[in-house]
Amino acid sequence: MSSNTALQGGGPVTRRNPVSRLWNDKQTRSVIVQIIATVLIFAFFFYMVQNAIANLERLGKDFDFAFLSAPASYDINQHLIEYDSRSSHARAMTVGIINTLLIAVSGIFLATILGFVLGVLRLSKNWLTNKLAHVYIEYVRNVPLLLHILLVHGLLVHSLPKPKQASSVGDVAFLTNRGFFMPKPDPEPLFWIVGVLFVIGLIFTFLFRRYARKVQDATGKIYPVFRIGVIAVVVIPSVAFILLGMPVNWEIPELKGFNYRGGMVIRPEFIALWLALSFYTAAFIGEIVRAGITAVSHGQTEASLALGLPRKRTLNLVVIPQALRVIVPPLASQYLNLTKNSSLAIAIGYMDITATIGGISLNQTGREMECMLIVMALYLTFSLLISTFMNWYNSRIKLVER
Amino acid sequence: MSTPEQKYAPGTHPDLPPPFASTGPIKWIRENLFSSPANVTMTFLAIYALYLILPGAFSWAFSDATFVAEDRNECRALNSGACWAFIAQRWQLFTFGFYPPDERWRVVLAFVLLILVVIALLWENCPARKPLLILACVFPFLATWLLLGGFGLEKVSTDQFGGFMLTIVIGVTGIALSLPIGILLALGRQSNLPIIKYACVAFIEFIRGVPLITLLFVASTMLSYFLPPGTNFNLLLRVLIMVTLFASAYMAEVIRGGLQAIPKGQTEAADAMGLKYWQSMRLIVLPQALKISIPGIVNTFIGLYKDTTLVIVIGLLDPLGIGQASLADTKWQGLSSEVYLFVAIFFFISCFAMARYSLYLERKLDTGYKR
Repeated sequence: MSSNTALQGGGPVTRRNPVSRLWNDKQTRSVIVQIIATVLIFAFFFYMVQNAIANLERLGKDFDFAFLSAPASYDINQHLIEYDSRSSHARAMTVGIINTLLIAVSGIFLATILGFVLGVLRLSKNWLTNKLAHVYIEYVRNVPLLLHILLVHGLLVHSLPKPKQASSVGDVAFLTNRGFFMPKPDPEPLFWIVGVLFVIGLIFTFLFRRYARKVQDATGKIYPVFRIGVIAVVVIPSVAFILLGMPVNWEIPELKGFNYRGGMVIRPEFIALWLALSFYTAAFIGEIVRAGITAVSHGQTEASLALGLPRKRTLNLVVIPQALRVIVPPLASQYLNLTKNSSLAIAIGYMDITATIGGISLNQTGREMECMLIVMALYLTFSLLISTFMNWYNSRIKLVER
Repeated sequence: MSTPEQKYAPGTHPDLPPPFASTGPIKWIRENLFSSPANVTMTFLAIYALYLILPGAFSWAFSDATFVAEDRNECRALNSGACWAFIAQRWQLFTFGFYPPDERWRVVLAFVLLILVVIALLWENCPARKPLLILACVFPFLATWLLLGGFGLEKVSTDQFGGFMLTIVIGVTGIALSLPIGILLALGRQSNLPIIKYACVAFIEFIRGVPLITLLFVASTMLSYFLPPGTNFNLLLRVLIMVTLFASAYMAEVIRGGLQAIPKGQTEAADAMGLKYWQSMRLIVLPQALKISIPGIVNTFIGLYKDTTLVIVIGLLDPLGIGQASLADTKWQGLSSEVYLFVAIFFFISCFAMARYSLYLERKLDTGYKR
């Protein structure tokens, strides 16, 4: 045995010890490590579930989702679907989901526009606007979002007039600290014609764009797709709307008692959350856009100009498609962030998922586990949906390598 | 002196000054502010916007502001602008929360030590760096002792923590712990062992898929269910764990980006040299990967630091929580702008400093591989 060790060139080569022999073999070692990891993970979960069962038993609680059909008995001030305090917890949750989706979609919309504007301003040759955009971005990015939300909400509630002194827009829309009151459209029977024309216009534009692409690929002829699209989608339905004698009644809000009644209202909580979320995320998107555009080498622009493409086409056909490849992946994570950050709504009382099922329902029923599981599952679903969509979009625009 | 008639032999004419508008401030203004009609419009729009905002903001914050007053009504009676008297009266509450007044020197001492440690860690040529680095190793225990008490100091419950002090406690602990955990998670995600890999992937994606608020709710309401019956552990500690886990999942993704950017040849070369896994990671891969992920790492730090404000939703009194509680005081109602701006300045200074340091570090470590 000792001669064997000598042959191996010294050192404690462990032929003798079967355990360390196994350990020194890469394959068996990886199996051992994974078995240990699996056992530990399962033991951990088993321990937690065991504890949870014991705790629930001790408190006399069960694990049951039946409470969802019980009446919620609380009010939600912004509901896009039918809801009152006799509705069930499941209904309250649905209202919360819709409110979250509403804030997420409108936030993503505004943040994208503002973000692209900021990104372009940051690249502008104009020193003053460039610096202003920079100062804005630095301020917004270095201050917590919750603070922005509270600040905007505080400003809205304190600086807007009370309903009695509301500032009105042409005596039909009113801006107060209880919200922005607008006339509510109430379509008459003939209104469907306008709607149908609008949908036809959309379908026509879509098909026409495909056709125009094909013609351009084959012959090089370019159709003014955008203008024709505008005519089909906007102009024709509007003309029809006027010709039909404007078949819409407007329900105008009226001051009754201390507040306005009727019409549509956008509540200050929504406005505050929407503005704060969009302005915050826009600062991040601005930096992403700037990085994306600077990542396209200047040679591309020069080559395109040398080929005789005008400035606008250079931007549309050469710079932006290449910049998008850099922009889209981080943009997707900003959209995800915005959606998750909308849960801060709870701080100013906007009733989203976290505030309905994860807040009031949880406190009323005392079912922490069930409610938190639902809330987390919902957010995970949203995240998954957004990242799937952005992955699809990314794969559509990414570089096709040959 | 030289008249037009004067004759020069070829090549002897003295240099003429450049044309009037092609040098100095005038050239700069023409190029940077008025180079095209669009630029001229933008410049004037920007100047107009500044004119609308700046004078009003200045007079609100300084010239029309009140600095000494007893309550809000006195403020309003004295002047039309901001009421900083409120902040001046309550700054101790904003800084220390409800920490017992006689024991506040301990917080100050811990903070001074923290500053020393941070300076030693971040500044390579700092005087007396060695002893300070030793201090850095014991600092966590020292600070815990100073803040919580025991062993000769009066005990202070974590319920009394609050204000900027709470922000710094959560922020610094989270920052210090999330980096190593994030590195381990990132390495786990890159691992060849499928079970380790998928465990890390599941953890990272779960944490990144839910908002921090829900995790904090879990910490405050649900976590006690998963612990042995009868255990009751500190809310601040639970929050610290959640914030750290949250930040480390994001950290792991940032570091994974860095790891993926290191060419495979580096690991292969390390293997060929006979380095073991941990050796090759520690000596070859991680130094390079961490260097290129510095901007992302610091961004995650800044994000974590800002996210500490969310603890108000579960009832901890960070500066925002103190602010909201103070605003409920009838003496000072309606001063939300002052409070929020004051807190915003604190966060801006801390986060801006972090961002600047990251830029400096990037430049220092840039060894010239970039284009």
